[in-house]
Amino acid sequence: MRPFAYVRVTGADEAQRALATQPHAAFLAGGTTLIDLMKIGCATPATLIDIGALPLAQIETRSDGTLRIGALAKMNDVADDEHVRAAAPAIARALALSASPQVRNMATIGGNVMQRTRCVYFRDVTQACNKRRNGEGCTAIGGDDRQMAIFGASPRCICVHPSDLAVALLTADATIHLLGPHGRRTLSFDGFHRLPGEDPERDTILGRDELIEAISFVPTALTRNSAYLKVRDRNSFAFALVSVAAGLDVRHGVIRAARLALGGVAAKPWRAHAAEAALIGKPASRATYLAAAQAELAAAKPQRLNAFKTTLARNAMVRALALVGGAA
Amino acid sequence: MPSGKLSRRRFLVASALPAVAFGIGLRPQLLVARQIVAVTVAPRGPRPVAVALTVNGQRRALTIEPRVTLLDALRERLGLTGTKKGCDQGQCGACTVLVDGRRVNSCLTLAIAVEGKAVTTIEGLAHEGTLHPVQQAFIDQDAFQCGYCTPGQICSAVGLLNEKRPLDADSVREQMSGNICRCGAYPHIVAAVRAAGGAG
Repeated sequence: MRPFAYVRVTGADEAQRALATQPHAAFLAGGTTLIDLMKIGCATPATLIDIGALPLAQIETRSDGTLRIGALAKMNDVADDEHVRAAAPAIARALALSASPQVRNMATIGGNVMQRTRCVYFRDVTQACNKRRNGEGCTAIGGDDRQMAIFGASPRCICVHPSDLAVALLTADATIHLLGPHGRRTLSFDGFHRLPGEDPERDTILGRDELIEAISFVPTALTRNSAYLKVRDRNSFAFALVSVAAGLDVRHGVIRAARLALGGVAAKPWRAHAAEAALIGKPASRATYLAAAQAELAAAKPQRLNAFKTTLARNAMVRALALVGGAA
Repeated sequence: MPSGKLSRRRFLVASALPAVAFGIGLRPQLLVARQIVAVTVAPRGPRPVAVALTVNGQRRALTIEPRVTLLDALRERLGLTGTKKGCDQGQCGACTVLVDGRRVNSCLTLAIAVEGKAVTTIEGLAHEGTLHPVQQAFIDQDAFQCGYCTPGQICSAVGLLNEKRPLDADSVREQMSGNICRCGAYPHIVAAVRAAGGAG
């Protein structure tokens, strides 16, 4: 690891002052991504601003029913929280299926959605990577692309986003709360991550001087009836080949509202809009789920070695929908 | 905590060093401006700085760079070599220790970031000459072969029991999945964890 300076801050204003005054500074929360990337030379901040002591770890239900999860809440604490488990099983399950117990004790909610890709070429500084430095080229294109995207890839980058939580949050119409030097802003979480396009270096729309304060959502019949299904090469402590978060509001056997999102298929958590449209107003049946999955996958563009992801995503979508909608 | 009480001298040293190290021009105005706005947020390092850790109930004073991980501080500075370095990237669990009672990967933890927290390593589990119940269970159940992963397995199991998780075999396997055993002693490790938790 290259040498760096370290400062621990106790307030958000202090954190931002430190960021403004220190060149090449980065925020340190749980460290499970950042320290790892610094060890392998993928991240080289000159100063780490440790925000771990900021009072942003609460999980609380507001008077209007909104469930608000502080950015520094640990993954395990959110996964175990009884309110989260009841309000959005997909979110609790996505977290419980992430990483290892040790990592979940360290890693935070804000850090989780800020994870960098696990693309092996991104993590190997001897290989060209446009996400590390745009313009270098992409070794994954034409390389070992088994893990790569089937949606939303660009000629510059074909990687996938590793977060399970981010996929589940799309079923809850979550909001992300950001704090910048000029005040707060809230955004739909659906718009937080971005596709690589011409600029793969940027994973999110977070400003360089902004801090994530919290993620919130309003529990509904749909979020309470949600599930997360994760398919991976080994059954624990692995990133998803394909994952599915599904939430349905079914009344009298008819789907009234649907949220469906995929992980492991794109550089951002992938909201399955086409599938959702194919579910609304239809009977909650296996035939409906299959038609919806196929509607979404019509636009899939697999790489050389990962056509299996299309089949896997189809089957996983059907299974996840059957978990929450029944399988008549 | 040392970071909270900065003498003026220490602040100047702390703020000047990064500027030198990273080739930023040391313009006097900049330094003055920094003193005014950043009295409470002066960075420490990158050169060695005083770091006070609490390990196994003892306060230990170190002079280390901020980049030193908790794992390296334990092994290379404090002589506590029970905690093992396996992958050094959070994937094998050999470096597992407890911080404020929770299991973490010490290879992904900066030593400087756990000032003020209680670190417990494998060396700190036995009490007055009596092994911790998890240690005893690992012996009773023959839950290791080469032993390299064992300190991490045991610290992880202690953390698991602190978390009050279900102790059926499937749950234990899932909850111990952050600890790799390349000898493949898993069946006996699961038995030991369950036994220590009173489920065996």
